[in-house]
Amino acid sequence: MTFPALTFALLAAVILSAAAAVMMFRNLVHSALVLAVALSGLAALYLQLHAQFVGFAQLLVYVGAVAILIVFAILLTRGNEPSDQVIFSPGRWVGAGIALAVFGVLARVILTSRLLAGSAPPAPAAAVKEIGQRMMERYVLPLEVMGLLLTVALIGAVVLALRERPSG
Amino acid sequence: MDQLFVTLKHWLADFAAPGWQPIFSALLSIAAIIGTFASLFALTTLLERKGLGRMQNRYGPNRVGPCGLLQPLADGVKSLTKEDLVPAAADRWVFFMAPLTLVVPAFLALAVLPVGRNMTAVDLDSGVLFFFAVGAASEVAVFMAGWSSRNKYSLLGAMRAIAQMVSYEVPLILSAVPVVMMTGSLSTDAIVAAQAGYACGLPNWYVLTPWGLAGFLLFLIAAMAECNRSPFDLPEGESEIIAGYYVEYSGFKFALFFLGEYIGMFAVSGLAVTLFLGGWQAPFAFLTWLPSYAWFFGKLLALIALFIWVRGTLPRLRMDQLMNLAWKFMLPMALLNIAVAGLWYFTGPGWARWLTCSLVVGGAYLVLGRALLSGAHLGPRAYRYAE
Repeated sequence: MTFPALTFALLAAVILSAAAAVMMFRNLVHSALVLAVALSGLAALYLQLHAQFVGFAQLLVYVGAVAILIVFAILLTRGNEPSDQVIFSPGRWVGAGIALAVFGVLARVILTSRLLAGSAPPAPAAAVKEIGQRMMERYVLPLEVMGLLLTVALIGAVVLALRERPSG
Repeated sequence: MDQLFVTLKHWLADFAAPGWQPIFSALLSIAAIIGTFASLFALTTLLERKGLGRMQNRYGPNRVGPCGLLQPLADGVKSLTKEDLVPAAADRWVFFMAPLTLVVPAFLALAVLPVGRNMTAVDLDSGVLFFFAVGAASEVAVFMAGWSSRNKYSLLGAMRAIAQMVSYEVPLILSAVPVVMMTGSLSTDAIVAAQAGYACGLPNWYVLTPWGLAGFLLFLIAAMAECNRSPFDLPEGESEIIAGYYVEYSGFKFALFFLGEYIGMFAVSGLAVTLFLGGWQAPFAFLTWLPSYAWFFGKLLALIALFIWVRGTLPRLRMDQLMNLAWKFMLPMALLNIAVAGLWYFTGPGWARWLTCSLVVGGAYLVLGRALLSGAHLGPRAYRYAE
């Protein structure tokens, strides 16, 4: 087994077991923390594919922000936590079934994709600069629209959370 | 002399079997980073206690060894021999993993810092992004510690810490953006190289430009908040919530938290040196005979001395002051600074850009500062909750 194949196998094992644990843990906070592990594993996978920028952005956004957001949402919305008698939640087989179905669909779509037929493109040099130029020139409109959408979502969240009281 | 450690590493790496040389060389770098910064940590704890003692009119540690020099050793032995307490209600696995999750990313961040000429452990194409990405894990670690202890004070401290870290991470990253724009690269080596050379007897460091000075000060303030250092030590305020998220930790796990915080402080100060203070470059042309790593660590220690000085001088902020500073002052200032950097770039060399950029930065500082202070009522705080 070559070195890249070995690291890929290790990463895949970590990601798959973490993802399985996300579905099966009974305590939602545990699930969120294991989800952070799975997302970091994905970031490592991007790094193995020489996509430095995507990998680090994945780490920054998903582990640093999204995982924290999920944890906060869980803490702020749940009154009582389930007892820790059973670690794995009883509905795990249903979850596993759904996950397998989704995996099957995705795998079929990817395997029948036209992209697999061509040979692998060469690794791009100076990838970060390339991404920045593409974003500011070719894809500037989608970028701006996404920024606008996120701003609207942010203002909406503030409006929802901060309702004015009738009398101070 | 300058390349002493680089030569040493190559000489040592030659002993390895041919196929194993890259791995062996990487291991050598790792050992050097851990050894250097861990001993710097020991030294800094002593310096901090001594310095704070001086500022508070007392001696500080002076019993162990000459002038208290062996105090860090005694502290280490003490923390190793203390009982390792785990609360009965604690979530054991998460409780155990939290200190490790804090320490490991802190050390990882050190890998991209150029500590000397040719002395970057890993020169990544997107090194600055890597630094911030691994720093993101520390928020998860703080949450894990606070939540798994099953202690109200721990959870309160963790909530405060995460709110603070998330708020100050925005100005921290935004204040680093102008440097990346000017250099045109995210690589730390390229950023240091862009600050080489001297003009009019002064170095070409980014801190000596209007946008660089503003960025450096914003970066430093945000860095203090990211490290939970005084005056931003609300998450661990001893007088309010005992010690925040690590109340329940004792013995070696507590020492690991301590280590993680200091390593994080070294990492972020090292990045400040790299981004704004010219990295390992000497401040004057006639001082270049000193080895490059001496300059890097000298600047690093100067920044740490500043951190200690601030800790001994300023009182702790209140929660509303903390949030107002982050969102109403630092964020607009950092955003404006990006625009000023663009103006600087497109105006071209000459005195005109010095004048306009200084006026814009100074004017924004005055307006925003006045606005921040005019709304500040120093009486009792009015509470307002999100529904």
